[in-house]
Amino acid sequence: MNELFKHFNNNNRRHFLKKVGLGIGGVALGSLIDPIGMFSQPNTAKGLNLGTSSLQLPHFAPKAKKVIYLFQSGGPSQLDLFDYKPKLTDMRGQDLPESVRKGQRLTGMTSGQSNFPLADSNFTFKQYGESRAWVSSLMPYVSKVVDELCFVKSMQTDAINHDPAITFFQTGSQQSGRPSIGSWMSYGLGSLNNNLPAFSVLLSRGTGRPNAQPLYSKLWGNGFLSSLHQGVQFRSGKDPVLFLKDPEGMSRADRRKMLDYLNELNHKQETEFGDPEINSRISQYEMAYRMQTSVPETMNIDDEPEHVFRMYGPDSQVPGTYAANCILARRLIEKDVRFVQLYHMGWDQHDNLPTQIEKQAKDVDQASAALIMDLKQRGLLEDTLVIWGGEFGRTNYSQGTLTDTNYGRDHHPRSFTIFMAGGGVKPGFTYGETDELGYNVVKDPVHIHDFQATLMHLMGIDHTKFTFKHQGRRFRLTDVHGNVVKDLIA
Amino acid sequence: MKKKHVVLYFLISFIIAVFIKWMISSQKEEYVLLSEDKSNTTNSKQKDSDKETKQKLPETISYSFHVKPILSDKCYACHGPDEGSREAGLRFDTKDGAYVPLGENKDRFAAKPGDLENSEMIKRIYAEDTHKLMPPADSNLLLSEYEKEILKKWIEDGAQWDSHWSFKILQKPSLPKVVNTKWGNNEIDRFVLKRLEIEDLTPSKIATKERLIRRVSFDLTGLPPTTAEIDHFINDTSSNAFEKVIDRLLNSKAYGERMALDWMEVSRYADTHGYQDDLERVMWPWRDWVIHAFNENLPYDQFVKWQLAGDQIDNATLEQIVASGFNRNHKITQEGGVIDEEYRVEYVMDRTNTTAKAFMGLTMECARCHDHKYDPLSQKEFYGMYSFFNQLKEKGQIDYGEIPEPYVTLDQKTIKTKLPFVNIPDSISEVKLMVMKDEKGIRKNRVLNRGLYDAPGEEVPYTLPEQVLPFSDQYSQDRLGLAEWFFDDDNPLTARVMVNRLWQQMFGTGIVATADDFGNQGALPTHPELLDWLSVTFKEEGWDIKSMLKKMALSATYQQNSKITPELLEKDPENQLLARGSRYKLPAEAIRDNALAVSGLLVKKIGGPSVKPYQPPGLWAGTTSGVGLTEYIADKGEGLYRRSLYTFWKRTVPPPSMLTFDAASRDFCTVQRQKTSTPLQALVLMNDPQFIEAATVMAIGVLENDASDEKQKIGALFKKITSRSPDEVELDKLSEYLNEQRQGYVKQKTENIDPTVTSTLDVPENIQPRELKAYTALASLLFNLDETITKS
Repeated sequence: MNELFKHFNNNNRRHFLKKVGLGIGGVALGSLIDPIGMFSQPNTAKGLNLGTSSLQLPHFAPKAKKVIYLFQSGGPSQLDLFDYKPKLTDMRGQDLPESVRKGQRLTGMTSGQSNFPLADSNFTFKQYGESRAWVSSLMPYVSKVVDELCFVKSMQTDAINHDPAITFFQTGSQQSGRPSIGSWMSYGLGSLNNNLPAFSVLLSRGTGRPNAQPLYSKLWGNGFLSSLHQGVQFRSGKDPVLFLKDPEGMSRADRRKMLDYLNELNHKQETEFGDPEINSRISQYEMAYRMQTSVPETMNIDDEPEHVFRMYGPDSQVPGTYAANCILARRLIEKDVRFVQLYHMGWDQHDNLPTQIEKQAKDVDQASAALIMDLKQRGLLEDTLVIWGGEFGRTNYSQGTLTDTNYGRDHHPRSFTIFMAGGGVKPGFTYGETDELGYNVVKDPVHIHDFQATLMHLMGIDHTKFTFKHQGRRFRLTDVHGNVVKDLIA
Repeated sequence: MKKKHVVLYFLISFIIAVFIKWMISSQKEEYVLLSEDKSNTTNSKQKDSDKETKQKLPETISYSFHVKPILSDKCYACHGPDEGSREAGLRFDTKDGAYVPLGENKDRFAAKPGDLENSEMIKRIYAEDTHKLMPPADSNLLLSEYEKEILKKWIEDGAQWDSHWSFKILQKPSLPKVVNTKWGNNEIDRFVLKRLEIEDLTPSKIATKERLIRRVSFDLTGLPPTTAEIDHFINDTSSNAFEKVIDRLLNSKAYGERMALDWMEVSRYADTHGYQDDLERVMWPWRDWVIHAFNENLPYDQFVKWQLAGDQIDNATLEQIVASGFNRNHKITQEGGVIDEEYRVEYVMDRTNTTAKAFMGLTMECARCHDHKYDPLSQKEFYGMYSFFNQLKEKGQIDYGEIPEPYVTLDQKTIKTKLPFVNIPDSISEVKLMVMKDEKGIRKNRVLNRGLYDAPGEEVPYTLPEQVLPFSDQYSQDRLGLAEWFFDDDNPLTARVMVNRLWQQMFGTGIVATADDFGNQGALPTHPELLDWLSVTFKEEGWDIKSMLKKMALSATYQQNSKITPELLEKDPENQLLARGSRYKLPAEAIRDNALAVSGLLVKKIGGPSVKPYQPPGLWAGTTSGVGLTEYIADKGEGLYRRSLYTFWKRTVPPPSMLTFDAASRDFCTVQRQKTSTPLQALVLMNDPQFIEAATVMAIGVLENDASDEKQKIGALFKKITSRSPDEVELDKLSEYLNEQRQGYVKQKTENIDPTVTSTLDVPENIQPRELKAYTALASLLFNLDETITKS
């Protein structure tokens, strides 16, 4: 220790202080940190707003500045929705050849099965649009908008169970505790508005399998980033954001008055202590006050015209449904929320797949398509990236007995389909291919990390350079992996 | 109309201009004073470097302070301890490695002391050829001009070398000589003052008695002082009045609860298993033991040994076995279809990482897949340490309702006779508590390649990081040996890490700001001699935690007021030099507990099963799969008013207001919390029923007292909530607010008191609704004061 000790006696303080200041960083712009709006630039319809932040992001001109992520929780069956495999009909009931399976790990749910009977889809597939994309009869509305969509049929993940798989998709790590994608975006790009959180979250429960896989609030957690970047859950009902609603009988004027007095007393403390943190707190109260107006305004969809509800479907007037959440997502995007994350539960069809998936698909089909077209009509699709997909795919063989009318499918990490729209991805485009049995990717695999790298690229971020130093290590959303899939970019 | 626009135009431009100016100036200040960690702003490096060139180089280059941080941060990734990723066989983390002769003729050197010409390192960092430049462009790492100059001057001056500060054996430094011999209460102050004198700063005056007692009460018990306690302290003019307060607090039961709070995060304690359906588990008897151990002031060495290896102590008592539950607090999955071994391995990893972080302050997890990139921890050593936790007969995947083995069954009788501190309700006949228990030799200990459960590599012996302290034969090859090793007289980390955490508890930030990283990438100590003096003293005094906290509280350093003068704000915005008392937000639990305590709602019961206070409806229901904890049903009665330590912790959906105020998620070991300020915090304080109810109860309390006039009532509320009396200005303001509230009530002519709050409360008939509403609003306002939630 001698050197250290000596050091203090003859050296100036600057270099020493340089080393010890930690984690405070500059003025990071967060989901919630821009209370007085001093950093936010007004949204201009022309050109892209680059956002602002002390990180000097974006690294280059972004194609997308906002995201709506329609997460389909549970693992939608690509083989019944988008990945058409006539060969499965030919080989229906036959055992999955080991030459195809190649030792792929199984979940404990099918590892005990004595055989793996290949199961084609009960639903009919057709090609649609100029892009001739395959979509099954489960998605009649989506099939009408395929020319806006960019399908990736060669998605791959490392995880085979829900908890690690969804955590991996959302945070880049199978073990929980890392920041969610939305938190990273909030941290890196900051907020575009001054009265709503930059990272907003909406949940809905599917009808296909009402008691399906659980969700976890940690999925929209900020991990090691500042809690300013946590996803803020928007809920239907009286109190759309936790504790947003003032006590019964308190008017806006009452609240304003309370804040005026509060500010005055806090200012007095600031004068006494000279602590700039007090000013920051005063600003946070003002932001909270604005949210008390802006959130209910956004959540109240009564002012939407009838034709909008017709477009999103009958569910859209039922608060808390996927369809209603899609309208809310559009409203949040209109108000310049950076990252809107929806989760729709219930895509885990281990058994009775045909009955379940029909309901499940109906939940989301019309509203997903409507959202994309609605954004387009309003000129918002151009800089808003819409993502639709789950945490993994499903097996091409039946879990449980395959009958004439019924089958189930287990989790399948090796290949699955997601689609995107707007925000700089190629419209009417299909990328990647699986083998004729829909089991392995044979062309252009896209790993989760590649997907995340591409998403960030669209947002103007070089994923290898966007890091956060925590416990001595520079963390990235993509860890040490990921390649931007340039072919997806328009 | 047009004119208006023009005015606006200029006004806005002016504001923007002022703002930009402010930004620039504040950035500069920030830079001069602190912030090594600009690395979180990757691209700002270049910008910084321009300013740094103007910065004067230090007269003497310190290897530890100036050079190694650069080498570690910018070079180790490819030229550091990790053999697997080492480029060109070159390493700068060891002296031999840095001075090694290079090339076929061995006539060139990476770093040659005193010889710039022949030091390849210098050529490379100044290379114009991008192929030769170091660090290479694709590393996304960049050396600033200042950093290059440092490396250059270091070589010029003879390239002095030193080993890592925290791995050096502890020695008790002598007390430094100071000029100002009048200031200071104990040894701590000598060290702090010495630094201040070097920096030409003077300590701040002592805080007022009100603020002092508030500060120390929160720090030691997590609760505010009562009005009577404040008055007693103010009226006690004896010279040791403050010491008496400290002693009273340390001897109160609330002390153990306060200490347990931090330990819950270190130990990643929760009331659920944490994965997928996140089923309930019973670990609260272990939590009760933690409270008890702190209150009994169990010496830290025992405290740790029991938790790591209580079950392996000769003739282990049941209490010692219960303590070993520490390393069963990790998450456990029940998800159908997972591979058992994959998760079992994950649990062993978690124990290894937790133990390393909690007791060594090292990020051991970085050596799971490869050698550590920054610290001298090899992958083999990681698995050597992993081995200690790898001999449990346990499952990776449990069934629904299954209690994970190994566990002990504790029935009422056993608890009453052997574990009286476990607060088991009569309604529960027995509990099964997870503990540690080895079946030695059930599996071989191997390296897992790339950290993967299904890629076992070579067999490894039981071992611990050599560079910290070799794990010699004197220690048994089990967890007890591991625990003994932590308390070997030559172990350099154990005492430093704990003392630093206690300092963090009392001062907000550790002497080492990164309480979780004492490695090469961690912060350097602001007061290294003080840290060592305290660490040695801690050991000499028999690892006595209470005594150590008392020493800190008694220091004049701790008792300074927290006024930030413009000079201090400029020179030391983060108060690293401690020329004033620290000022920062109270922990999440203390903010809620304060409201409960001052309103008199707090139920002071120690321990027992976790409780469910108010929580907005639907949070659990909205995310569940319909299995397990599907709906949050708030308790009735006392469960609503227990200390936040006892709030039921569902890991996948934790209590929202706790997270909002920066509590950790309990997914893994956490020793340091963030300190943020967000609008969601404002919403909690304004509208969480817990706070509204407390405000209402307080209003009823003051209104019931007929004897007091309005100002006395306001003063009483103010003092309860903030621990001090308001001044005249504040009194007038609050009185004005009260009146406006009354008038507002008359105008609205409604019975506008939240029925959900008052329905459960007994409002005496003689209290007018108008008054109740006004005083409730007033109390609520006081709960929202910055001062109320700030330690000052």
